[in-house]
Amino acid sequence: MDNVLIQLVNLTKTYHIGETEVRALRGVSYTIKSGDFLAIMGPSGSGKSTMMNIIGCLDKPDSGQYLFEGAEVSKMDKNELARMRNKKIGFVFQSFNLLSRTTALENAELPLVYSNVPGKEQTQRALAALESVGLKGRAHHKTNQLSGGEQQRVAIARALLNNPALILADEPTGNLDSKTSEEILTIFRNLNQDKGITIVMVTHEADIGAQAKKRIFMRDGQIIREDGN
Amino acid sequence: MLFRILRVSLRALSRNKMRTFLTMLGIVIGVGAVISMVSIGSGAKAAVEERFAAMGTNLLFVSGASKRVQGVHSGFGGSQTLTVEDANAIIERCPAVEAISPSVGTRAQVIYLSKNWNTSIQGTGERYPDVRKWEIESGTYFDETAVRSAAKVCVLGADVKKNLFEDVDPIGQTIRIKKVPFIVIGVLKSKGQSGGYGSRDDQICVPYTTCMKRLQKAEFLSSIDISAATSALTAQAKMQITDLLRDRHRIAPGSEDDFQVQDMAEIAEGAAATTDVLTLLLGSIASISLLVGGIGIMNIMLVSVTERIREIGIRMSIGAREKDILIQFLAEAIVLSLVGGLLGIAMGVGVSKLLKFIPLFATIKTVISIHWVVLAFAISGSIGVFFGFYPARKASKLDPIEALRFE
Repeated sequence: MDNVLIQLVNLTKTYHIGETEVRALRGVSYTIKSGDFLAIMGPSGSGKSTMMNIIGCLDKPDSGQYLFEGAEVSKMDKNELARMRNKKIGFVFQSFNLLSRTTALENAELPLVYSNVPGKEQTQRALAALESVGLKGRAHHKTNQLSGGEQQRVAIARALLNNPALILADEPTGNLDSKTSEEILTIFRNLNQDKGITIVMVTHEADIGAQAKKRIFMRDGQIIREDGN
Repeated sequence: MLFRILRVSLRALSRNKMRTFLTMLGIVIGVGAVISMVSIGSGAKAAVEERFAAMGTNLLFVSGASKRVQGVHSGFGGSQTLTVEDANAIIERCPAVEAISPSVGTRAQVIYLSKNWNTSIQGTGERYPDVRKWEIESGTYFDETAVRSAAKVCVLGADVKKNLFEDVDPIGQTIRIKKVPFIVIGVLKSKGQSGGYGSRDDQICVPYTTCMKRLQKAEFLSSIDISAATSALTAQAKMQITDLLRDRHRIAPGSEDDFQVQDMAEIAEGAAATTDVLTLLLGSIASISLLVGGIGIMNIMLVSVTERIREIGIRMSIGAREKDILIQFLAEAIVLSLVGGLLGIAMGVGVSKLLKFIPLFATIKTVISIHWVVLAFAISGSIGVFFGFYPARKASKLDPIEALRFE
């Protein structure tokens, strides 16, 4: 399990907000191995969200190299980035980001809609994914009829649907109570251990970060400390 | 694939039913208006063609040519060149001509006892009913002797009879036209509404000789109604009449005729062209409402894109490409306008079918042309593409990070 999944080499990113320049990343280098469970930690404004967006192929660095399974993401065009997000990465957000007034099943199916999978297979795979996160009986409930924990589990099912190499979780427990948070983290741990899926989680809560296998701490656009067990 | 896109857009549209309905209404009314207006125009054309067909295809008219004074055409009958002798020569020397009726006309106040009525006075020959295929309701038409002697007799149109006599039998009664007493000897059968140009039953026929001497003091005929022996001989009759009149009027070869010979087909064509313009006019006015409907779609699609920025962000983070988002919103606009178009067609057809049950419009004839139905449907589809493209493109160009962060 020592093969490299993601290689970040000297990434920089600067945002221009009006007149002011925000140097969100100032030369970040890091290597994520396949099977890692990594927490990116740091206060707000430390650059962890930017890092997350770049790893998630939502944004491109100004300079530096980003390799995903050896492919150079920093040189991809928009369509290729969309394909990366679709096939290789599953997102789990703090605010769940499910489509409202839509059933859990339809939400879970969504990645397959954009990868030309036949309708029947879509439904089967989405149902299986929902079952794997413990939502078997809730597939036809609309998202607003589900609790926060259930919604986050739908989001995880959706993230799993294309068998991604990486799950990116952005403050996944930020909107949940501690008991539910624990359940969600257990799901992540199981996915990481049983299926070998690499998980990168952004959080500013120390006790949540402590549950990952490795941690990096960011401040002012740089990694200031890393540890791992 | 197509089915899936359709399903997604139908679901999105059904999420806000009231708004979808109101947006669609713009297109429904637009398409409905185009179809019903055009059906009225086409109906008018059909009515005109029908009436001309009923008048017979062997009918010809000779009138004074359009006179041009300093570039201004006076219209047919503007020059006074046709004489009674011309009319007599036509019936004597043109073998293809079967019957003629010289024609002069004026308007006059007509008095019977205490009632009076303003109507059109037609001076005609004795063959008028044959030439114009007009039947006599009661009494008789005046004969050749009456014409030769300029007798003061008249035949009433159905409307005139109704207005002056009501239920009284007019035959044998005396009416005054421009203070000249005329004896009523017959009543013409009603020909009905002429579709906007006034009733043809609102007229009184008198011998043209009487009209020229006693009512008008005219020396020239305004026109000559002619019937060819058969429809097939119409063209031949026209040639013979033209040659004869050019000869009689001493027109040098190469000069313009000072008269005009028209056959029914030509006149029908002219009238049909007029109704075509009417159709076009009605159609283009209605098209404006279609345009407004299209702008409504664009407006709502823009609102919808703004409202769903978050959804767009989610879809992008999951792997939707620009193209996917573009197609999704474009499909919504197209579904909106096509469904609106279909309902509009139903509405337009319904309106034109129901029009005859509304008293005010009962006389309007409508004809639904399949061309316009297909065209309206195609136009409504194009409206979806045209007005949906800008909002859809706007949606597809959103930055996924910003879209996800949007509250």
